[in-house]
Amino acid sequence: MRIVIGEGSCGIAAGAAKVHKAIEALMTENESFTLGSTGCIGMCFLEPIVDLYDGKILIKRLVKVTADDAAVIVEAARSGDLSGVEKLVISAEDEEFLNRQTRIALRHCGLIDPVSLDDYRNADGYQALEKALKTMTPEQVIEEIKVSGLAGRGGAGFPTWFKWNAARQSVGERKYLICNADEGDPGAFMDRAVIESDPHSLIEGMLIGAYAIGACEMIVYVRAEYPLAITNLEIAIDAARKANLLGENILGTGFSCDMRIKAGAGAFVCGEETALIESLEGKRGMPRLKPPFPAQKGYMDEPSNINNVETFANVSWIINNGGEAFAAMGTENSKGTKVFALTGKIRKGGLVEIPMGKTLRDVIYGIGGGIRDNKEFKAVQMGGPSGGCIPADLLDTVIDYKALAATGAIMGSGGMVVMDESTCMVGMAKFFLDFTALESCGKCVHCRIGTARMQEILTRIVKGEGKEGDIELLEELCDAVKDGALCGLGQTAPNPVLTTIRYFRNEYEAHIREKKCPAKECVDLLTYSIDADKCKGCTLCAKKCPAKAISGEVKKAHIIDENICIRCGQCVSSCRFGAIIVE
Amino acid sequence: MCNCSCQGPKSDLSLLDDVLKEYGGSSGNLITILQKAQNIYGYLPKDVMYCIAEKVGVAPADVMGVATFYSQFRLTPIGKYLIMACQGTACHVNGSERVTAAISEYLGIGNGETTADGLFTLENVACLGCCSLAPVIMINGEAYGNLTPDSAVAVIKGIQEKEGK
Ligand SMILES: Cc1cc2nc3c(=O)[nH]c(=O)nc-3n(C[C@H](O)[C@H](O)[C@H](O)COP(=O)(O)O)c2cc1C
Ligand code: SF4
Ligand code: SF4
Ligand code: SF4
Ligand code: FES
Ligand code: FES
Repeated sequence: MRIVIGEGSCGIAAGAAKVHKAIEALMTENESFTLGSTGCIGMCFLEPIVDLYDGKILIKRLVKVTADDAAVIVEAARSGDLSGVEKLVISAEDEEFLNRQTRIALRHCGLIDPVSLDDYRNADGYQALEKALKTMTPEQVIEEIKVSGLAGRGGAGFPTWFKWNAARQSVGERKYLICNADEGDPGAFMDRAVIESDPHSLIEGMLIGAYAIGACEMIVYVRAEYPLAITNLEIAIDAARKANLLGENILGTGFSCDMRIKAGAGAFVCGEETALIESLEGKRGMPRLKPPFPAQKGYMDEPSNINNVETFANVSWIINNGGEAFAAMGTENSKGTKVFALTGKIRKGGLVEIPMGKTLRDVIYGIGGGIRDNKEFKAVQMGGPSGGCIPADLLDTVIDYKALAATGAIMGSGGMVVMDESTCMVGMAKFFLDFTALESCGKCVHCRIGTARMQEILTRIVKGEGKEGDIELLEELCDAVKDGALCGLGQTAPNPVLTTIRYFRNEYEAHIREKKCPAKECVDLLTYSIDADKCKGCTLCAKKCPAKAISGEVKKAHIIDENICIRCGQCVSSCRFGAIIVE
Repeated sequence: MCNCSCQGPKSDLSLLDDVLKEYGGSSGNLITILQKAQNIYGYLPKDVMYCIAEKVGVAPADVMGVATFYSQFRLTPIGKYLIMACQGTACHVNGSERVTAAISEYLGIGNGETTADGLFTLENVACLGCCSLAPVIMINGEAYGNLTPDSAVAVIKGIQEKEGK
């Protein structure tokens, strides 16, 4: 028997490393079972996860395991009698989370040891590279990608073959292939999961791309907040180099290409491709004017091609299975699958990969199990700070570049943050504008000043100081910023504001006219009081209140002094009788 | 060794020798050099930046420009424990503001500040990539998820206890 623990970043955060240590501590020198680890299984809501394998066959998946469970797991692995771990086994309902997915980009995630080249090879790894290098011309590779219909997964959805072809056609002394692993959308983690869990698939996908465009060097620009991704990729690059999969004369085919990692330093705008190139050159990450496009003049002024991690993760599968098999999935204008990071007020959060053409409802209810604590679904945010909020009555929108763009949101890179009735949509718009105003590089006046002005207006609205005409002013500013911005950051920054105004105008109006926050989230618009009929006088809230705003005698109704109350909400969670009223 | 003439407290610049030997040849490596320097000193002291400028062959203002552009770089020393409080979208929706406010109130420090005893620095960050465990904080590389204001403060108290405070 073999015990395998899911040890991606989020598994570790949930305690997987402690479980690993606890099991290891119980193992004897000639133990009858082995212990290993894998990357992201993607069922974050069940982490830490421990899988029991018999050879290649998964016999039991144990979930929400703690270090205290180590002894029964070890016992089960030794004896083969699994009755002791029965209570940890994943439920049939939860198994559906994976069963309902179609995994291509994530095909090895949670199944192989991320840092084992052998594991990757045994899972068909590097066969696509061999096929491409030995039996296909670069043009044929590009043609296969064209047939597949693969479009960029970094957000904009530009056809991958077209970019590759442009870079191939471009004349230059050296060409570069760059992977955008900056994953700037706060709330998205697909790219981290792929690099951490299956680094060789990124290397293989990139090598095929490098062969197609004629690149001699590959650079991966990884977000600094992803230390485990960087470590695993470093190990994989080393192993690939030793196996002659990187470097000179790869697999004896005469094709040479090497690879290196560059850690980002925390600037959202560096996800924009020309800013990323500036950053690679050691400069401040300010976007460049296009044209010239990177395919003509990119890194070091040489022809360069930039793709997202997930884009590359699809490439070997396409070469192995053919472009047509990929294009068979999806809709008219969106082919293949897409990975989403499902988070927020969702019952089952994690990584979801499904064919294009499914609906948002399929993902949020069919796979994610709907909203936590039986609350009402309100909206889902897609595309992060560049995207928008899609409301409940559009839940049947299909996942397709065009259909999503029609809602005012975008497909984006895959962040899907679910919100319930307790999320204030004006607050959400403010949250994103706080972010973009902070991250604007400052090069264009419209973006720099425009986002700051919008942030100001939104701040005053959530404080109850909004004025008639503020909504219109916001709309006007949105237009101006869209038109006057040089790069995608500014051009898309208004989207969260525009979509929330479009679908939740009534919430804006309630803040401005009635000085009320319907979601009861905007602190400055809330009043706390105690329902004298429900209060039992237990004094708990008075003890808990940090502002000492609550007074009253034991067993008698308490009262809150509104002038002292700092609206921290702590009394609400401390009262067991639901006596605190928030309005 | 570097023989620059800048003022202020002196850092042990010899610690930079290996980094500069490996990366000093090209201004394209400036960000990498600053990252390695920050790993050594915990932040970017002024004399270190001057020394890097001289060795890499760029103006000190350019080094400063890069150091201030990227949020990862710190120009002041940090505490023994760096608390990174996620303010990403998923964490925001799940109440990160209350969690951060509780930590901030308990330690008496705001974003970017360090406690008087030099133990903790609080820093707001955009996303730690563990969004399904939101709200999340990370302390010296270890992530803590599914936090409430109380459980976050309990984590900090645990560290204080360990440090005998
Ligand atoms: C402000 C901004 C941030 C971006 N952030 C990312 C990112 O984090 N990851 C990414 O892959 N693409 C990001 N992009 C898109 C890239 O500019 C580029 O289109 C993409 O990396 C191309 O790869 P693809 O064709 O494979 O999607 C961003 C764009 C903008 C304007
Ligand atoms: S739109 Fe904003 S982020 Fe983009 S270049 Fe202009 S100022 Fe910089
Ligand atoms: S909201 Fe906070 S400050 Fe106000 S009464 Fe309740 S506990 Fe006290
Ligand atoms: S905790 Fe609830 S029941 Fe107890 S004194 Fe406060 S309001 Fe009354
Ligand atoms: S399992 Fe790795 S992201 Fe959650
Ligand atoms: S949003 Fe907080 S970890 Fe991603």
